[in-house]
Amino acid sequence: MRGLFKRFKEGLKRQTPTFQKAFDGIFSGAKLDSDALEELEEALYTADFGAETVQEIIEEIQAAYKADKSMRGEDAARIGARVLEQVLEGAEGRVTVGQHQPEVICLVGVNGSGKTTTSAKLANLYQNDGYKVLLGACDTFRAAANEQIQHWANRLSIDIVSSQHGADSAAVAFDAYEAAKSRGRDIVILDTAGRLHTKSNLMKELEKLHRVIQKQEPSAPHHSWLVVDGSLGSNSIEQARMFHKSFPLTGLIVTKLDGTSRGGAIVGIYRELKLPIYFVGLGEQPDDLQPFSAANYARAIFGITDETA
Amino acid sequence: MLENLTDKLGKALRNIRGTGKLTEENMTEALKEVRQALLAADVHFKVARQFVTDVKEQCVGQEVLKSVTPGQQVVKIIHDELVKLLGEGTTELEDKKPLRIMMVGLHGSGKTTSSGKLARYLAKKRDYRPALVACDVYRPAAIDQLERLAENEGCAFYGDRNEKNVVKIGQRGLDAAKQADANLIIFDTAGRLQIDGDLIEEIKDLKKAIQPDEILLVADAALGQEAVNVAKHFHEAVQCTGIILTKLDGDARGGAALSMKSISNVPIKFMGTGEKPDEFDVFHPDRMASRILGMGDVVSLVEKAQDTIDEKEAERMAEKMRKADFNLEDFLQQMQQVKKMGSLGSIMGMMPGMSGVEIGESEEKKMARTEAIILSMTPQERQTPRLLRGSRLKRIANGSGVQVRDVNALLKQFGQMQKMMKMMRGGKKGKKMMQAMQAQMGDGGGLPKLPGM
Ligand SMILES: Nc1nc2c(ncn2[C@@H]2O[C@H](COP(=O)(O)OP(=O)(O)OP(=O)(O)O)[C@@H](O)[C@H]2O)c(=O)[nH]1
Ligand SMILES: Nc1nc2c(ncn2[C@@H]2O[C@H](COP(=O)(O)OP(=O)(O)OP(=O)(O)O)[C@@H](O)[C@H]2O)c(=O)[nH]1
Ligand SMILES: [Mg+2]
Ligand SMILES: [Mg+2]
Repeated sequence: MRGLFKRFKEGLKRQTPTFQKAFDGIFSGAKLDSDALEELEEALYTADFGAETVQEIIEEIQAAYKADKSMRGEDAARIGARVLEQVLEGAEGRVTVGQHQPEVICLVGVNGSGKTTTSAKLANLYQNDGYKVLLGACDTFRAAANEQIQHWANRLSIDIVSSQHGADSAAVAFDAYEAAKSRGRDIVILDTAGRLHTKSNLMKELEKLHRVIQKQEPSAPHHSWLVVDGSLGSNSIEQARMFHKSFPLTGLIVTKLDGTSRGGAIVGIYRELKLPIYFVGLGEQPDDLQPFSAANYARAIFGITDETA
Repeated sequence: MLENLTDKLGKALRNIRGTGKLTEENMTEALKEVRQALLAADVHFKVARQFVTDVKEQCVGQEVLKSVTPGQQVVKIIHDELVKLLGEGTTELEDKKPLRIMMVGLHGSGKTTSSGKLARYLAKKRDYRPALVACDVYRPAAIDQLERLAENEGCAFYGDRNEKNVVKIGQRGLDAAKQADANLIIFDTAGRLQIDGDLIEEIKDLKKAIQPDEILLVADAALGQEAVNVAKHFHEAVQCTGIILTKLDGDARGGAALSMKSISNVPIKFMGTGEKPDEFDVFHPDRMASRILGMGDVVSLVEKAQDTIDEKEAERMAEKMRKADFNLEDFLQQMQQVKKMGSLGSIMGMMPGMSGVEIGESEEKKMARTEAIILSMTPQERQTPRLLRGSRLKRIANGSGVQVRDVNALLKQFGQMQKMMKMMRGGKKGKKMMQAMQAQMGDGGGLPKLPGM
């Protein structure tokens, strides 16, 4: 896949402090006592994995240490990566678009998570793959939301359907779908307004949008992806839970992994909701989007560079 | 129901009643619970560790009080300590005119929105004449966004879509603000990673050029463990004078606030509580402390109730109750008021010991059912419930898709409520009545009692 995975890894590696250093410190000591275990736990906590995953990794490392007291930090990191990869088994989302005409992708999520930017990135990706894409600007609420997505549409030469500020977002979704159909577009990507999962009126609006799309085409939306900000902590799990209730999700996209955050909350989400992760966002540019690879993610986080892990 | 911290600590401290004093030994288990609670709230592990150590020092040697449970006693100590930590420093901005404020932070944290909010807030509370200056030259339509907000506030605005040099924009913005006779100049900057060398240089340069009096770090309350590094690096780069915590209208526990405060010692000055321009306030450390400890945010809950429940309407209701002529129509309105506050789940999440409780659906269904029953009545029936007999009952049951006995149950509940109101007739103030009524209504609508309301 054109070295995408490599870039993904580099993207994560560039900024992400790995566990290696902490682990080396821990395993240079004479024994894995309770202090060392606590340090291990704390190091693992920095990735926002959540208690359960941290506990599993610790147990595996402890067991391995019992069997072989000469274990090094590097070995522990390998175990961590392996456990994480196991936890994420099945989490790699892969799509083959073009099954429907048009295929509807819907992006939802809390405020500022990266939905609009990701819409542009996806549009770019599919357009480069030869699909005809149309953007639906369903955020009619935030100041200059229209201008923002319009800018992307212009820059990437992508067809767009939008409305004025304050218009009914479901109506825009409707129009976008109709336009995509009549203009023979393959994919329509709907960018929705950011909303906190605790706002019942805004969640209702999303439910309505879903109903409207379904009325037009019962199989749509074909992909409903929650855009998760990778720098957020455990609240992302609650977000996923609530969005999933109002707007049945088919997967996740995690953004801003070019920073120092490790986006571990997706692990918690996956454990609970089993929603696959389709893409990771690694920057603000259109091609800063990579398919998610559990193995690369796990290795990047634990700082494992060779391929033999 | 999820156990709250007080309960957990109560258990962890169950054996210390007889011992008289809090000691390192009898506190061990309890402190583990505290640490766990902090970590679950996304407090950075180092900060959590330090905090627990401090609390331990505070606790050890204290007499075990007779008047409260050891759990409550320790929670109080922790809570107070948290409030102290979170609240250190002032929430006041420099008292200057003109006042220059520069906003910085990660992508999407809420800088631009908060710029608009701050302009409104300071214009209203401190009589400033604000100007907004758009120093984000990267994000598509960032300038338009700020311009919209400025229009909305009716305040001065400066931006230049053809200029990529942020320092130049800043300087010209200063001039433009002066021209416009503004005495509060807020510089909105682009979102950036704290480790992005070039962009960090950019805000350092901008700072040098515009000499801001305040540099506010805008941060999402739901940030994870990296919050410490975000605060640390931004502070090292530009010496922040305050933090604005955004998106507190969500249900994030907000441990990031403690992490950022502890690592940088920069005071948290404001909080964003919604997308709208007036959903903004000075920071309340006590509420944040309760939230982090998972004790719920009672104050916010009460305020939310006050916000959504129209004051005049409440008075009118209270008056009706005083006269005990509260009918089903009023009952319906009350219920709809409560609904306006948000889903029951989200209301519950703000209550002590209730965060994470799955109250949502069945309770909400019950309430919806009660509503449906009343909606199936004619206005006349709502006003005079004693009309409700025989065929009318059947009609209403059919209309709302329930059994006659459900309608009867509701009427019985309502009858009790009226009786109570009669008893209270001539009672004290309206607010009290509202409380009682809401508690009562809770039973009727399947709404659990709302403590503290
Ligand atoms: N570093 C980095 N920044 C990103 C990434 N994705 C988005 N952003 C930035 O995050 C900010 C918010 O992105 P938007 O796409 O506007 O987010 P949104 O979810 O549409 O926001 P609302 O519509 O306001 O809820 C912008 O500054 C983007 O450039 C990413 O993967 N990495
Ligand atoms: N619910 C809620 N949303 C908020 C709050 N503050 C900001 N937002 C929303 O968060 C999203 C991002 O806000 P912006 O002001 O664009 O964030 P920014 O930091 O300027 O973003 P960049 O310039 O891209 O880095 C928007 O959807 C805002 O409406 C808040 O307190 N509560
Ligand atoms: Mg958007
Ligand atoms: Mg901005």
